[in-house]
Amino acid sequence: MNLLSRRFLRAATLALVVIGLVGLALGGYLGPLYRYTINPLVGVQSWLSSRYMAFYDFLTVPRDVASLRERNVELESEVSRLQAQVVELQQQISELQVLSALVEFARTRPENRYIAAAVIGRDPSPFLHYIIIDHGSDSGLKHGMPVVTQQGLVGRIDAVTSGAARVQLITDPGSAVNVRLQTSQRESILQGSITGDLSLEMIPQDITLQQGEVILTSGLGGSYPANLFVGQVVGVRRRESDLFQTASVQSVVDFSSLKVVLVITNFKPVDIAPLVPTPIP
Amino acid sequence: MAILLAFPLLGILVMLQTVVASRLPLLYGTADLVLLALTAWGLQERVETAWIWAFIGGVMVSFVSGLPFFTPLIGYLLVTALTRYLRRRVWQTPILVMFLATFVGTLILHGLSLAALELAGDPYPLGESLRLITLPSALLNLLLALPVYAFINDIARWLYPVEVEI
Repeated sequence: MNLLSRRFLRAATLALVVIGLVGLALGGYLGPLYRYTINPLVGVQSWLSSRYMAFYDFLTVPRDVASLRERNVELESEVSRLQAQVVELQQQISELQVLSALVEFARTRPENRYIAAAVIGRDPSPFLHYIIIDHGSDSGLKHGMPVVTQQGLVGRIDAVTSGAARVQLITDPGSAVNVRLQTSQRESILQGSITGDLSLEMIPQDITLQQGEVILTSGLGGSYPANLFVGQVVGVRRRESDLFQTASVQSVVDFSSLKVVLVITNFKPVDIAPLVPTPIP
Repeated sequence: MAILLAFPLLGILVMLQTVVASRLPLLYGTADLVLLALTAWGLQERVETAWIWAFIGGVMVSFVSGLPFFTPLIGYLLVTALTRYLRRRVWQTPILVMFLATFVGTLILHGLSLAALELAGDPYPLGESLRLITLPSALLNLLLALPVYAFINDIARWLYPVEVEI
């Protein structure tokens, strides 16, 4: 009996202590005690965890580097592929812009019929300013047909094969184009040169040329249709002792980077050679 | 075999000439790849088809170029004649002969071109042509002479292997 009561008392005391501690904990009275007991444990656990992670990293990093390298190679190849795609798309955009400008130019001149042709080469001789285009007689191209871009006159077809044609540029030293000054409505001759510079020849001295004056084809001679834009006057050379004055002309067409041109197919050049008088012996 | 090889090789060179070399000028002069190839071919010791190569290359370039009267064909034949003459005279230092033939060949070809254009009625200023076109072209040709010679030399060795007696 005595033993039983003693055990009961011990259990009851223990239960009261536990209930008391739970009550204190629920009431928030054990906070400072937790702080002083748990914080060191948290610190120890943090230290242990960091050391363990360092050790884990030490063991697993080589494998990660290998996988990262593989991934890096994959991504680099992907970047290269995308960069190539970007370059290709930029090229397509550039070609599209050129073509849309040419279509726009053709729309503004519905009286002409055009065939677009890509520039595929230049004359092997450095003395000549000729280009080679990828359309020929199979596409209806003929000798003498004028060639333009949306920026102005380019030249005319000099020779034709079934699948290609050679175009003499207006910058060629052998090229002479009959042109008209837009303001004064006077005719002149546009001459090429070995440097590709254009000059106006045979301008009467009584004309006052201004910089920026627009030059158009006159249609005289039958080699080119009239009113095609050629360029603008950028400089005048006039000497009182000369019969005629000359002028430098700047074309808007960049002849060094021609990519696509338009051939006017419904223009028939006139051969006036039989009409040119020959001296009687 | 050597004659058959001339068609694709010179054809490719003419295409490279019109597409690449003509768009890479020095001042206004450009390199002449066909001239270089024909000069290097003519200098090879065992080669006997230099004239045929010159004819094929000349016809190809004349067909593409706007130069009148088959000027490139005549020019390349003259350059081949010069090359064969130099090869007979100087046989120990083909590289030096290559440089000499390239320079003189460029002058011959450009002189002929100017004469033909003059005859066709397109007068070119001689001094300006020499300064802006011929001399830069000659310089470009001289720069390319060595690699082209090495390339053609390899082809010649492949086509005409040296016989060794055992």
